Amino acid sequence: MSTRTRPRAHPDDGTTTYREALREGLREALASDDRVFLMGEDVGRYGGCFGVSLGLLEEFGPDRIRDTPLSESAFVGAGIGAALAGMRPVVEIMTVNFSLLALDQILNNAATLRHMSGGQLGVPLVIRMTTGAGRQLAAQHSHSLEGWYAHIPGLRVLAPATVDDARHVLAAALADPDPVLLFEHGSLYNAAGMLDPAVHDVHLDRAAVRREGTDVTIVAYGGCVSKALEAAEAMAGEGISAEVVDLRTLRPLDDATIVGSVLRTHRAVVVDEGWRSGSLSAEIESRIYEQAFFDLDAPVERVCSAEVPIPYARRLEEAALPQPADIVAAAHRVVS
Amino acid sequence: MATAHGGTSARTSQTKRPRRTRGTAATPSRTPAAAHDLDLLRQMLLIRRFEERCVELYSAAAIRGFVHLYIGEEAVAVGVHQALDERDAVVSTYREHGHALARRVPPEAVMAEMYGKATGCSHGRGGSMHLFDGDRRFYGGNAIVGGGLPLAAGLALADRMRGESRVTCCFFGDGAFAEGEFHETANLAALWGLPVLFVCENNLYAMGTALAREHAQTDLAMRAASYGMAAWAVDGMDVHAVEKAARGAVESIRAGNGPHFLEMRTYRFRAHSMYDPDRYRPKNEIEEWKRHDPVTGLADGMRAAGLLDDAALKALDQDVMEEIDRAVRAAEQAPEEAAEDLLLHVTGRPEEAPS
Repeated sequence: MSTRTRPRAHPDDGTTTYREALREGLREALASDDRVFLMGEDVGRYGGCFGVSLGLLEEFGPDRIRDTPLSESAFVGAGIGAALAGMRPVVEIMTVNFSLLALDQILNNAATLRHMSGGQLGVPLVIRMTTGAGRQLAAQHSHSLEGWYAHIPGLRVLAPATVDDARHVLAAALADPDPVLLFEHGSLYNAAGMLDPAVHDVHLDRAAVRREGTDVTIVAYGGCVSKALEAAEAMAGEGISAEVVDLRTLRPLDDATIVGSVLRTHRAVVVDEGWRSGSLSAEIESRIYEQAFFDLDAPVERVCSAEVPIPYARRLEEAALPQPADIVAAAHRVVS
Repeated sequence: MATAHGGTSARTSQTKRPRRTRGTAATPSRTPAAAHDLDLLRQMLLIRRFEERCVELYSAAAIRGFVHLYIGEEAVAVGVHQALDERDAVVSTYREHGHALARRVPPEAVMAEMYGKATGCSHGRGGSMHLFDGDRRFYGGNAIVGGGLPLAAGLALADRMRGESRVTCCFFGDGAFAEGEFHETANLAALWGLPVLFVCENNLYAMGTALAREHAQTDLAMRAASYGMAAWAVDGMDVHAVEKAARGAVESIRAGNGPHFLEMRTYRFRAHSMYDPDRYRPKNEIEEWKRHDPVTGLADGMRAAGLLDDAALKALDQDVMEEIDRAVRAAEQAPEEAAEDLLLHVTGRPEEAPS
């Protein structure tokens, strides 16, 4: 794949990249449970389309680091079958755009079998995939469709935004008896941070307050969390105190943390890289209205991608995506 | 039948009906072969009568939804199941009453599911198209054409990785053969040498569209063979031919020879579903196929071999009808699922993860 980014050498400053954190999580899962295996396009010899599984083939062998044909429906469906039979497959799909070829398997089988079978069959499957834009890959490699998956009962949808979450999310996902979709924003793989040695797990049912504030709540997830934090930092210089909530789990949504924050700040901006129409941001906004309407001092604002297939040209792509300046502008509108 | 299916190559055909030599009329039911034939007949009759009762119940509005009947295809389910045992897995389609009953899912549980009752094999969440039995490794019940194929590869992959000598049998129709699901799965299964038995029930129609109108090349076994799998076409109206082919395939799969493909040349005597006015099939074609009825075919063969007489057949039929009567009575008296339990079984608790 022409879009591959090489994993950078481990930096000397003690930080870990998002990519390395994911790889550590995978390595730990593979080493601790022999039911776990990784399957997907280029995960083995190539080392992963985005370098996440580099080196794991040598460590765990081709049975457990399993290269697949370009057959999303078959290998995702095979993951479902293997999970039904008691394995703990981790399936990697290159991007959410390609996951549409497996959408039937994900929705009609993985999400549905437990219910249709009256609780007899569970599908403890983890599907990892890249999402999002920002790397000039044009429309078919750049969309953010995780909100569609968050619509579906029977699935859990996660979007780790930090190196700590990337490091520990897989173990939590594998402990879930149901299918878990893990969305990794493509622009995060090279992002580096200090792993917190005190953090050992991820709460799948709880959003995280990444920055505390009193004037406005900025709700974001995945690749937009860093943009929200950047916007909050910029606003701090103007005397506006912004709280940043990282959803972390898109389904089920943690209403308590979202609404709890809004009840403190009385204002909210929702950031979502998906398109505005019918988006996850609409759902979050609606829940805020349903649960905190009389505590709001201003209508909720949303910052989403422009309603256009994501273009290739840098200037156009940047214009299509939520940017920190857009978040600041939205926050100004609700605070003023 | 070969003519009706068209384009059959001699290499892949097994349309001759074997006539096995039987014991004498004096000792009919005492030989193992006779007992076996009687069991095959009983199972096929059970499926036939079960579905005929479903037609009545549907007309009486006791059961609803889409109901796809298997009448005419009974030899496939019953014959294939002779080669499978409890450790194996079965993946099925929306035309799966026959598969479920041949898998020995109790008729009470299947009928209760048709009624949407709490005692149904899917606790009323599935209905006719989504029968499941986890304990019997019966994995549906899939109403997306071809949707079960990748699951079968995955079940087989798990067995392969754990060194189990189990086989996963996947039933699907000629309609599914046109889906990418079949071709992706056939490639994956052959590439990885997975223990899958693909059983394509070629009943000549994908819903209302004839085989030649949906497939550029109608010899499905030949096409399956192009993936590097052993593949045969079998007379799907002859339970002995089905059993023989399935036993050979399963034995070879257990010996580690990877996936095998059987194209079962069969026919459904009824429409695609209860909603289908069946205007697309010539009446004389249906009548011609009914002359190869798998149930009466076996009964006639047994009669000719002196293994069955009118009284014995009547007694057998009576026994089957009573079993179905009991299933219907039980389903009618079974409790409904409570509306308060609507949201059960959407997600599980951690302890519900299969080990």
